[in-house]
Amino acid sequence: MKNFSYYRPATVEQAVSLLENRFGNTELLGGGTDLHDLQKEYVSQPARVVSLGGIAQLQTVQVAEKSVTIGAGRTLASISEHPQLRQLFPALATAAGEIAGPQLRNMATLGGNLCQRNRCWYFRDEHSNCLLKSGSTCFALDGENKYHSVFTQGSRCVAVTPSTIGPVLIALGASVEVQNAAGKRLVEIGRFFKAPNANGEREHALASNDVVVAVQIPVQGLTNAHYEVRQKLSSDWPIVQAAVSFQGGRNGEKATDVKIVLGQVAPVPHVAQAAMRAIENQSITEQTAAAAGQAATQGAKPLSQNAYKLKLIEVAVKRALLLASGARPYWLA
Amino acid sequence: MSKKLHVQTTINGKETELLCEARQSLLEVLRDDLRLTGAKEGCNNGNCGACNLMLDGRLVNSCLVMAPEIDGRKIETIEGMASAQGLHPLQQKFLEHAALQCGICTPGFILAAKAMLAKNPTPSEGDVRHWHAGNLCRCTGYDKIIRAVLDAAPACAGKCS
Ligand SMILES: Cc1cc2nc3c(=O)[nH]c(=O)nc-3n(C[C@H](O)[C@H](O)[C@H](O)COP(=O)(O)OP(=O)(O)OC[C@H]3O[C@@H](n4cnc5c(N)ncnc54)[C@H](O)[C@@H]3O)c2cc1C
Ligand code: FES
Ligand code: FES
Repeated sequence: MKNFSYYRPATVEQAVSLLENRFGNTELLGGGTDLHDLQKEYVSQPARVVSLGGIAQLQTVQVAEKSVTIGAGRTLASISEHPQLRQLFPALATAAGEIAGPQLRNMATLGGNLCQRNRCWYFRDEHSNCLLKSGSTCFALDGENKYHSVFTQGSRCVAVTPSTIGPVLIALGASVEVQNAAGKRLVEIGRFFKAPNANGEREHALASNDVVVAVQIPVQGLTNAHYEVRQKLSSDWPIVQAAVSFQGGRNGEKATDVKIVLGQVAPVPHVAQAAMRAIENQSITEQTAAAAGQAATQGAKPLSQNAYKLKLIEVAVKRALLLASGARPYWLA
Repeated sequence: MSKKLHVQTTINGKETELLCEARQSLLEVLRDDLRLTGAKEGCNNGNCGACNLMLDGRLVNSCLVMAPEIDGRKIETIEGMASAQGLHPLQQKFLEHAALQCGICTPGFILAAKAMLAKNPTPSEGDVRHWHAGNLCRCTGYDKIIRAVLDAAPACAGKCS
């Protein structure tokens, strides 16, 4: 692995001042669980690494009446175990708590999770010169694509969005606090993710000299839940994920303002509009939840090996809705 | 660029100063430079847990920790678990249950179990299985490991913090 200069600023301002106006030569370091791996694989070869580990400001969690602010340096473990976050945002706490194993959750940070690179095996392979490196083709289009996108329209790269926190934050209406030399700004989480389509592009819409400082989540009394379909308990990403939120919707009450967001099925978190319409203003039962699940696959254009994901989308949406509504998870027997 | 970085850390209670390259992982520094070979390299990318150790009291994959990040921090490895009185109860129970074959995964499992028991001294079988989901073993089939951890839990009371 290529060596680099290591910087450990004490403030966000100092960190910002060390960044450059293009990606690649200088990288921010959260827990390193993604970056260090990319470096070992020679996919990322920065000459400079700027650690965020010494910045105390990034570690805070503030729970106020109208919103909760979580510092970008908080680990996934600390988010999944935080009593108030668990109570207000069970979707977030469970999603964070289901990522990998405890040792990884102790290292991985919220900021790093949102900014992590995709896990397409062609992209992560040093020797495949895919579209996101200096090549001109996404090899997954005609290659091994069973874990890739099923909503593929408009994307030249069909890797799936890697963060399972992203879809949850979209369902919860969060915003991301971003800082650069010009100051701080809020980015609506729905605009945070972007499908990379060329070398030098990332899975998010931030610039290379932006630092994610925190995530703000409004406290609106939303019922929320998250469900992932996994092959096994750990280590691998889920195959399909659904995050849902709505007002009401418990004990037979009607659900309104419904949001349903899918992960692992498209290059960015996929807002399932048809599913949201299907369940809006309905009480949540096995039938209505199943109908929303079916609607969630609308518009999908699976690749050669991944049509199986459509069935899993139906299951994930149905179960996430039922979980949120307070129904007994019958699938756990 | 080849300049080495000075790092001060405490390893198993012993203050240690070392020089590392930025690109080294904590695992490499321990194994290659300090000859603490208890933590193992399995996957080198966060999947297997063979490199598990405690950093400031929290279980981490040392293969993904960049070496300069350990400056000023406290590390505990498998080498620090036995005491003058003998093996740690977890080590003892792994022996009694024959919970290892090649042994590559064992330090990682024992460190993970220690971290779990510090939080949850009376785990159910499901708790143990779920917690160790990030530890891979290619030999034992896991069952003996789970039994050893469950059996060690009572003896670990107060010894796993
Ligand atoms: C076995 C395994 C299973 C996993 N399963 C899942 C899963 O199911 N769901 C999931 O979501 N993830 C999963 N992950 C990925 C893991 O969650 C990410 O690697 C982790 O969240 C990244 O956080 P980090 O702090 O370690 O980031 P780093 O590796 O430090 O950084 C990742 C990227 O983000 C950038 N970055 C970091 N912090 C900031 C910031 N504050 N502002 C701007 N840019 C920043 C870095 O420059 C780098 O490009 C898994 C990983 C492994 C190894
Ligand atoms: S060697 Fe670190 S997790 Fe496998
Ligand atoms: S004993 Fe060989 S890998 Fe577990």
